[in-house]
Amino acid sequence: MSIRSDIAALFTEVAREQRKTLAPLSDGLGLLDTGLDSLCFAIIVARLEDRLGVDPFSAEDEVQFPVTVGDFITLYEQAAAPVART
Amino acid sequence: MNSLWQLLSDAGRLSERWLSDVDACVSLAALSQGSSLGGRLHELRGRSVLLLARDQLPAALALIELDGIARRVVLCPPDVASTHLSAVVATAEIDAVVGDQAAADLATDLFIACSPAITPGVSDREESESTEWVLLTSGTTGVPKLVGHTLATLSGAMPVGTSLGHNAVWSTFYDMRRYGGLQIFLRAMLGGGSMVLSSAAEPVGDFLSRAGERGVTHISGTPSHWRRASMSAAATKMAPRYVRLSGEIADQAILDHLRAAYPNADIAHAFASTEAGVAFDVGDGLEGFPAGFLGRRGDVELRVAEGSLRIRSARNALGYLGDGPTPLFDADGFVDTGDMVELCAGRYHFVGRRGGVINVGGQKVHPEEIEAVINRHPDVQMSLVKARRSPITGAIVVADVVMTSERAVAADAEILKSQILDICRDTLAQYKVPASIRFVSAIEVAASGKLARTNV
Repeated sequence: MSIRSDIAALFTEVAREQRKTLAPLSDGLGLLDTGLDSLCFAIIVARLEDRLGVDPFSAEDEVQFPVTVGDFITLYEQAAAPVART
Repeated sequence: MNSLWQLLSDAGRLSERWLSDVDACVSLAALSQGSSLGGRLHELRGRSVLLLARDQLPAALALIELDGIARRVVLCPPDVASTHLSAVVATAEIDAVVGDQAAADLATDLFIACSPAITPGVSDREESESTEWVLLTSGTTGVPKLVGHTLATLSGAMPVGTSLGHNAVWSTFYDMRRYGGLQIFLRAMLGGGSMVLSSAAEPVGDFLSRAGERGVTHISGTPSHWRRASMSAAATKMAPRYVRLSGEIADQAILDHLRAAYPNADIAHAFASTEAGVAFDVGDGLEGFPAGFLGRRGDVELRVAEGSLRIRSARNALGYLGDGPTPLFDADGFVDTGDMVELCAGRYHFVGRRGGVINVGGQKVHPEEIEAVINRHPDVQMSLVKARRSPITGAIVVADVVMTSERAVAADAEILKSQILDICRDTLAQYKVPASIRFVSAIEVAASGKLARTNV
């Protein structure tokens, strides 16, 4: 499973759990337009930390907060990259 | 006020009454003709005594002898960190230590060993002091607070002379040096009963078996104690007439479980705290308490202010010893318990501690409220809800859950998780639903008998 497909699956999973209607995902879709609220994203970030072992939001460098679904995926792909190589 | 020894003797039948622990059983008649202090009680007259022993039995026997003789007795549970003991000694102006060998190292004027091996010889027990009893609060961090009581404040709630106490054999999961355990000890002593003492090192199944063998009729513990006990096959080895819960929120699941496990017992949950004393018992089998308890005139007055339960009664502690960081009483003489309550359909329900709130994106969450919902799942033994740091909302709530059967978890973990989460979603606001559930084999229960909570 790629990080991209992991994240897409998590969006679907959390939307179902939180009884939210998820908009059709695309890279250009704004995170605020996905139908998920901040609690959903808090849960998604926690689960990604469990599954990937990274939390890009806690990185020492200031994080550019993602705006779109594509930004969000890129953030994790970059954060997970050093881990994936080892 | 009569001393504990006087009141205990007045209850009569000393030769039929006893105190026991894992190793020994001491008849109260033997104590009337001897001493647990090696006959050295007279040396302690007027002193401020630190009572520090690993085992409860020698401490209980010494306490019976010391009331009315010592100026002050500090009841020290064995788990108090040694680094805090010097502060306790200084604050309470301790000038004598009674205990086992471990306590002999404390530098004070006088050390006297206490032992369940009774030294024959009648002691002079004439009451000369209105002894102050000092209890330590069970906070998890920092120096414990010292809370002053008297035998009168501690025994204010005792149903003296009722059928409850007659021929009763009392027991408790609590250490008798904590408020909840001391209540049971005093009920046994003042009410004409006997008592089985617990031991920190003893497996819960062994304790339950011992309680059964000794014919325990009345037994108390925290909901966490009872959840742990109900995991033991030995829970069926006793047949108590009276089961009491205190010290934590008694949720409907544990009340229902105990009702099923002990169908012939009266089951009551009590509200009490070291500072506020015993406030009330609830015997109708339902969680929470009737709103009508507020505004009742009588020896205990309750009110709710700023969401927390406040209590004013003759059972309140006298105050904190030393320079307490906070006063014990509010302007109207009520003790703020810090226990938050919510009114729902004519009943107040406990939702959690004021200091235990988890902040999820600005919304306040009491972990205890969520645990009570999780515990409704029929296969859940106990649960602990805690905060997990979140870069998005500050925190989210997560849950550790112990199931009654680990085999069920192995087979159907995902199904069980979704069942538990469904119960949560049907009952709780979204931000209160745990973001993750982790099945664990055990949840730590602190020496106080309460779930060990750590704040983020």
